[in-house]
Amino acid sequence: MSRDGTTATTETGAPGPAGRWRDRLVAFGWLVLLWNLLWGEFTWGNLLAGALVAGAVLLFFPLPPVTFGGRLRPRALLVFLLRFAGELITASVHVSRIAVRPGYLPRSAILAVRLRVRTDLNLALTAEVVSLVPGTLIIDVDREAGVLYVHVLDVHGPSDLTAGRDRILAVERRIVRAIGTAAEVRLVEAAAVEKGTPP
Amino acid sequence: MLATLADWLGGCCLVAGALLSLVAGIGVLRFPDTLSRMHAATKPQTLGVLLLVAGVALRLRTSADLAMVGLVAVFQLATAPVAAQMIGRAAYRSGRVDRALLDVDELQ
Repeated sequence: MSRDGTTATTETGAPGPAGRWRDRLVAFGWLVLLWNLLWGEFTWGNLLAGALVAGAVLLFFPLPPVTFGGRLRPRALLVFLLRFAGELITASVHVSRIAVRPGYLPRSAILAVRLRVRTDLNLALTAEVVSLVPGTLIIDVDREAGVLYVHVLDVHGPSDLTAGRDRILAVERRIVRAIGTAAEVRLVEAAAVEKGTPP
Repeated sequence: MLATLADWLGGCCLVAGALLSLVAGIGVLRFPDTLSRMHAATKPQTLGVLLLVAGVALRLRTSADLAMVGLVAVFQLATAPVAAQMIGRAAYRSGRVDRALLDVDELQ
């Protein structure tokens, strides 16, 4: 896409007709693959039925245009996936420990966190991942302003609040590094330097 | 040899996944309010299902089953946060939040 490397970074993405068709084609291919995987085997019948179902789904339930404008960076993607797996395990242990500790009443907080990259794709991915990593859960999203409202579990003081905020921004940074455009990466890197947090 | 190893590894995954799911259930039961309960319903629950799925994959080892099991994992990861968010938002908007347990609320 031509959007890569341009200065406009935070628009919600209005791809041209070619981009729309590419997106539809990708969605179509994925749906056909899904249908075949669900039946457990690839046959001509399954391919044909999958194509029909995929066509119907795309025709009757059109998705809002969310275009992937960046590029995949395999190394950053690997870092993201490893950190995600690690944090999912830490989060599970953390919540499990609170769940079985006798007579413990966890306190919590609701934070508003403004993301730096406001594309729909980034908002959705960050929201998904944030719900699965330690201590945080999405409650509400302000799509226009790019703000996530996050519930933080097990708060002991102000330091836990800043830690929660930093963790969410770190998740965003890792996602943008893995799949964002060059301009978006510069944006999150600049914010990281400004705040003095290590990369 | 390799088959035995995979069987044992799969067994361990199944037990660990079952335990995590159990703890998630205990958490849903014991946490003080809806929003905290959703934490239990997303994190240990998701990891529990992923471990169960990995265990099943290690024991079955046929490509059709692996594809199905992979789909289960992908959809679990994609849908659990969405479900939790919908329930959390509904709970917040209908006022079912225990304000005594909240330190800060920036959504007001």
